[in-house]
Amino acid sequence: MDIDKVFKALADPTRRRLLDLLHRQNGQTLSALCEHMDMTRQGVTQHLQLLEEANLVAVVWQGREKLHYLNPVPLHEIYERWIGKFERSRLGALRDLKKRLEGDDDDKA
Amino acid sequence: MTKPSFVYVTYIATTPEKVWQAFVDTDVMRQYWVGPNAECARVNVSDWKPGSRWEHQRVDPSRAVDIVGKVVESIPPRRLVYTWARPSDAEDESKHSRVAIDIEPQGDGLVRLTVTHEDLERDPQMLAGISGGWPKVLSNLKTLLETGRPLPRSPSAT
Repeated sequence: MDIDKVFKALADPTRRRLLDLLHRQNGQTLSALCEHMDMTRQGVTQHLQLLEEANLVAVVWQGREKLHYLNPVPLHEIYERWIGKFERSRLGALRDLKKRLEGDDDDKA
Repeated sequence: MTKPSFVYVTYIATTPEKVWQAFVDTDVMRQYWVGPNAECARVNVSDWKPGSRWEHQRVDPSRAVDIVGKVVESIPPRRLVYTWARPSDAEDESKHSRVAIDIEPQGDGLVRLTVTHEDLERDPQMLAGISGGWPKVLSNLKTLLETGRPLPRSPSAT
């Protein structure tokens, strides 16, 4: 899988927003996703296509419904590549601290 | 088919046969399937025939079993489906969730591996554990099959 595609797909705020929506609720249809997006159905379709090509979104057909799933496997590969085993617990502690101090919310862009 | 809880996809430069073997052969599995804290390897033990039982065992002297289930479908080297439950729920199939592993050749020596997990919504604790576990298993497997090396594992890693 081409890692450039993953970073290109993530470089766009609309596509990150789509991933956030799937993170909150996995397995959504195009129509359900469009309800939260301020753009045409066609625009959302194109963004989803790029996410699918980057393997960040996986698609499952259920009858006539096309369901979109967040596929975190490429993100896990990026994480494995640059984050050492011994850094993980310290990074986790830092993240928890930041979250507590800032009242962070996962969906924040 | 119910609506899947999770769908995980990875592309691996290998053959369908090698991916299949990685899901049924404990000698391969122990090289990439590690526990949640990477403290020891896990293997799935079964004869992988439809109707047979399978067990998710720790590779340590305890051989403790964390997950059990039944093989539903077994079509080498394309599709493996099994149920998934806590050992205490082994007899109550209404509490089993379901895993499907699909292996599709893509041409150019590439294989698309899809893991679909269904019926997890009623067990939030299991859902949380599994949603983090599968991506790790799949990316470890990809590394093993593409480089021939298991991931470096430190005995003191957390």
